[in-house]
Amino acid sequence: MPDRNDILDLYFMDARSKLIDIAAFLDRVDRHEGDTDFRHAAFLDAMEALKNPKGKSRAQAVLESLSDHTVEPIEAAGTKGAAGAYEG
Amino acid sequence: MGYIEPHAHMVSRTTDDYKAMAMAGCEIICEPAFWAGFDRSSPQGFYDYFRQLTEYEPARSAKFGIDHYCWLCINPKEAEDPGFAREVMAMIPDFLTAPTVLGIGEIGLNKNTKNELAIFEEHVALAQKYDLPILIHTPHLEDKLKGTKLIIDSLKNAGVDRGRVIIDHVEEHTAGLVLDEGFWAGMTLYPESKCTPARAIDMLETFGMENVWMNSACDWGISDPLAVPKCLQEMKRRQHNKATIEKVSYANPMAFLGQSKNFRPVES
Repeated sequence: MPDRNDILDLYFMDARSKLIDIAAFLDRVDRHEGDTDFRHAAFLDAMEALKNPKGKSRAQAVLESLSDHTVEPIEAAGTKGAAGAYEG
Repeated sequence: MGYIEPHAHMVSRTTDDYKAMAMAGCEIICEPAFWAGFDRSSPQGFYDYFRQLTEYEPARSAKFGIDHYCWLCINPKEAEDPGFAREVMAMIPDFLTAPTVLGIGEIGLNKNTKNELAIFEEHVALAQKYDLPILIHTPHLEDKLKGTKLIIDSLKNAGVDRGRVIIDHVEEHTAGLVLDEGFWAGMTLYPESKCTPARAIDMLETFGMENVWMNSACDWGISDPLAVPKCLQEMKRRQHNKATIEKVSYANPMAFLGQSKNFRPVES
């Protein structure tokens, strides 16, 4: 199996590119006018989960941060789609 | 090396896609019934769709040397209207005599509503009545975790044979929930959502190679009918050996699908 440096060889440049894309995305949001909706705050919260996964894998922590944690089925669907983050 | 595409919506794909999949080594395609990207105007629209799945697509696929099977249901996005959904479900038994129908799927939840859950439970009862395996769609994005938990609870209450149920579209926060309860898990390789090849392999390495398969779930949206062979190439880059790759891409789907009486295994 590959060692840690093998994994860096395989994925570092791709991950570096995605990391800079995230930074530029947040800069882009900041640079433009108007209020942001729940997705912006949820994204920032997910970045905190990434930094502090609290014993979970980082991917699991980020996914759970963006998830609906209620337990009961809802009365009716307001839309068919999903936003990518739970509005609350 | 041959592979099985266990979840693809070929009604939405071009003939060139069939050709490319055949060239990449695809031997078997399984097509669950799903949402067409718009709501059908009448239950009769599903009659035509079920004919397409059981008659037309197997013939189209055969032209490229690929066996085509299907799963039947009304998808969760159109299950929010229970009256409509039950009219569609009433048609399903007539199609179960078709020789390429594997079972009931892809049923599941979309927005985790009470109506979706009621129709899901009725589909599960239908599968139990006809002794069929079940393929389950889990919700998208922020709805996936809650929906997966609701689905697992419902399946446990119904007393299904967990080894004959595959819960699809798992990600890092749901794969363990599914596998720990004894169900099969499907990983969907999408360019933007669900998971990338690298993440799918991470999950294989984390949760193990048992009771899992990978699929492209290619449809009318942003998706890639060659996602599975591309992931197999990625497994080679990650130094997985041929036996492991063959297990995930061929032996595992063969084992699950072989539980359907209409599935006729082929030699690789």
